[in-house]
Amino acid sequence: MKKIYSRPKSLSKVPFHHCPGCGHSIIHRLIAELLDEMDLQERAICTPPPGCSVFAYNYINIDMVEAPHGRGAAVATGIKRVRPDCLVFTYQGDGDLAAIGTAETLHAANRGEFITAIFVNNAVYAMTGGQMAPTTLLGQKTTTSPYGRNPQSEGEPIKMSELLSTFKGTSYIERVAVNNPKNIKKAKKAIQKAFQHQIDKTGFTLVEILSPCPVNWKMDPLQSCKWIDEVMIKEFPLGVKKEIK
Amino acid sequence: MNKELMNGTSAIAESAIQAGCKYYFGYPITPQNELPEYMSRRLPKVDGVFLQAESELSAINMVLGASAAGARVMTSSSSPGISLKQEAISYMAAQELPAVIVNIMRGGPGLGHIAFSQADYFQSTRGGGHGDYRTIVLAPCTVQEMADMTFNSFDLADTYRTPVILLGDGMLGQMMEPVVIPTAKNKSPPRRDYAVTGAKGREQRVIKSFFVEGKDLKEHNWKLFRKYKKIEQNEVRYETYLLDDAEMAVVAYGTAARIAKGAINRLRKEDEGLRIGMIIPKTLWPFPSRVIKETSRYISDFFVFELCTGQMIDDVRLSLEGSGHIHFYGRPGSVVPTPSELARIMARHYYQSQRKKKK
Ligand SMILES: Cc1ncc(C[n+]2csc(CCOP(=O)(O)OP(=O)(O)O)c2C)c(N)n1
Ligand code: SF4
Repeated sequence: MKKIYSRPKSLSKVPFHHCPGCGHSIIHRLIAELLDEMDLQERAICTPPPGCSVFAYNYINIDMVEAPHGRGAAVATGIKRVRPDCLVFTYQGDGDLAAIGTAETLHAANRGEFITAIFVNNAVYAMTGGQMAPTTLLGQKTTTSPYGRNPQSEGEPIKMSELLSTFKGTSYIERVAVNNPKNIKKAKKAIQKAFQHQIDKTGFTLVEILSPCPVNWKMDPLQSCKWIDEVMIKEFPLGVKKEIK
Repeated sequence: MNKELMNGTSAIAESAIQAGCKYYFGYPITPQNELPEYMSRRLPKVDGVFLQAESELSAINMVLGASAAGARVMTSSSSPGISLKQEAISYMAAQELPAVIVNIMRGGPGLGHIAFSQADYFQSTRGGGHGDYRTIVLAPCTVQEMADMTFNSFDLADTYRTPVILLGDGMLGQMMEPVVIPTAKNKSPPRRDYAVTGAKGREQRVIKSFFVEGKDLKEHNWKLFRKYKKIEQNEVRYETYLLDDAEMAVVAYGTAARIAKGAINRLRKEDEGLRIGMIIPKTLWPFPSRVIKETSRYISDFFVFELCTGQMIDDVRLSLEGSGHIHFYGRPGSVVPTPSELARIMARHYYQSQRKKKK
C-alpha cells in the first residue's frame, strides 16, 4: 500500500499541548512538513515566544532560542547575522509581534533582515487568558474589553501585513488562514514562498496566519473556523500583500 | 601592540575586537558614543558586524541571539540604556549565555545628567533584572584596566556561561591615557557546544529559560546558584594600597578610587602623615568581602567613598559583619571633589576616629 500521509521527520513524536481546534498545532505541522520538503531541518533556527507557542521546540525538531516577549525579530537578527546560511524564523503571536514587539518587527523589516516572521493572529492574548490584543476586532469581547473593543478608546485592529508591505526592506508578505483545508494548503504555500525568499536573500518576509483560538473565543472548533470566514477575514483580508520578483 | 594614547571607550572597543568579539549591537547615549562609533569604523574591516539598533531593548536582544548562535558579542550603553537592557540580561543569565555589557555610568535617576556617576552599583551587582541571578561586575580604574578587563571579560563570560558587566563611568570612558591593547596570540574563542547552528548530524539544541514542569525551575536555580558560588570562590579581584601601617582604610572603586588615592597620597605627605590606606574592589560582584573582614582585625575605621549617596557601603557593612566603624562620603552628581577637597574630608574623619580611640 502506498503511504500518502505520515508524521513529518521534523515533527517530534509527542502530542501537542494546544487545546482542541487550536491553529498553532496546524501551523507547527505545516512548518515541519516544509522543513522536510525543502530539506531545511538541519539548518533551520526558530525563535519561539512567550505565548501559546512557547513550547514550539517540543514539537518542531530544530534548534531554537526562546525570545523574550516581543523581541523575536531582534533575537533572530542576532542569530542571522552570525549564521547567514541558516534559515532563521520567528514564531510570534499578535500580542508579541504587533504590540510589545512592534518596534523590533518594524525595524527588522525596514533593515530588510533575511529572516521570516510566522505571525499567528488569533485576535487575543491567548496564553494569558484571552485579553484584548492589538488585532482584536471592533466590538469583540475579551477579558479586558468586556464591553467589546471600542475604537474611541482602544483604537482599530492593527494590520501589520499591510503596514509592513509598504517597507522597501520587505520582499514577501501574505495573509492566510488555517480554518479549512483549502486555506491550510494556501498557508503552506505562503510559508514555503517566504522561506524560499529568505534563502534567496530578497528581504524580510512575513506570513500572517489567521488562527482559531476556540477556548478564548468561547466557541467550539467548528464555530471558530466559521467565525474566521464570516468575521475575521472581513477585517483582515487574505492574500499576497507584497511579493518582489 | 605599542603604547598608544586612547580614551577609555576606544580602548574597550579595540580590546574587545582583540578578544575575538566580532559583533556589536548598540544604541547611542552619552557618555559612551565613542564606543559604538569606534566599532562602526573597525568591525566591518575585520569581517565583523556593527549594527545600530532601534533601541537598547532591541540591541541587547540581538546580543542574545548572536551569543546563542555562538559568537563573542558585546553591547554598551550608559545608565538609562542599561535599565532597558535588564530584561534580556535576566534571560541571558537564565539561558546561560555569555556576553559582555559595558555600562559607562552617568548620573541618575531618570535622565540625571551626562557626566559621570557611580549610581548603578545596586543595579549591576544585584542582578538588575527580575529573578534570582547575578552578573559578574568588573570595575576598572584606568584606561589600561578598561582594556585588560574587557579583554578578559570575554573569557570570563565563556568560562561561566554568563553575562559580564564592565562598569565604567563617564570620566574613565572619556579620558585619554597611554594604554597597551592586549592582543591574543593564536587565541580563538572556545567552541560552544550549546550554540544553535542548525541541527546537522546531531540532536536539536534548545536555549530557553522557561521551566514549568515539576522540579525543573528549582533545579535550574540551584544550578545557577552553584555556578555563582564558584565565581565567588574563584573570581574576586581587588587591590590594596598602603594598608600595612594604616589606621583607616578607604574603600572605593573606579574613578572614586583614583580620587581617593590622590587624597591619601596628599595626607601621607603632610607633617603628621595620616596613616590611611585603601582597598580597591576590582570585581564588585563577587565583592571582596573577605579582605575587608580580615582588614577589620587590625583596622577599625573604614571610609567608603562613592559618587552616589551610598550603595557599595551596604556591601562593606555586610562584609564587616558588625565589626569596625564605617565612615561615608558621597557625591551624587554635579562636580566631583578634587583629591585635595576629599583629603580635607578624609582628614576630619581620621581625626575623629583617632580621638575616639584615645578616649
Ligand atoms: C514582558 C512580558 N510581559 C508580559 C508577559 C506575559 N505574556 C505572556 S504571553 C503574552 C501574550 C500572548 O499573546 P500572543 O502574543 O498573542 O500569543 P498567543 O498566546 O495568542 O499565541 C503575554 C502578555 C511576558 N511573558 N513578558
Ligand atoms: S488558548 Fe487558544 S491559542 Fe492557546 S492553545 Fe488554546 S486554543 Fe490555542
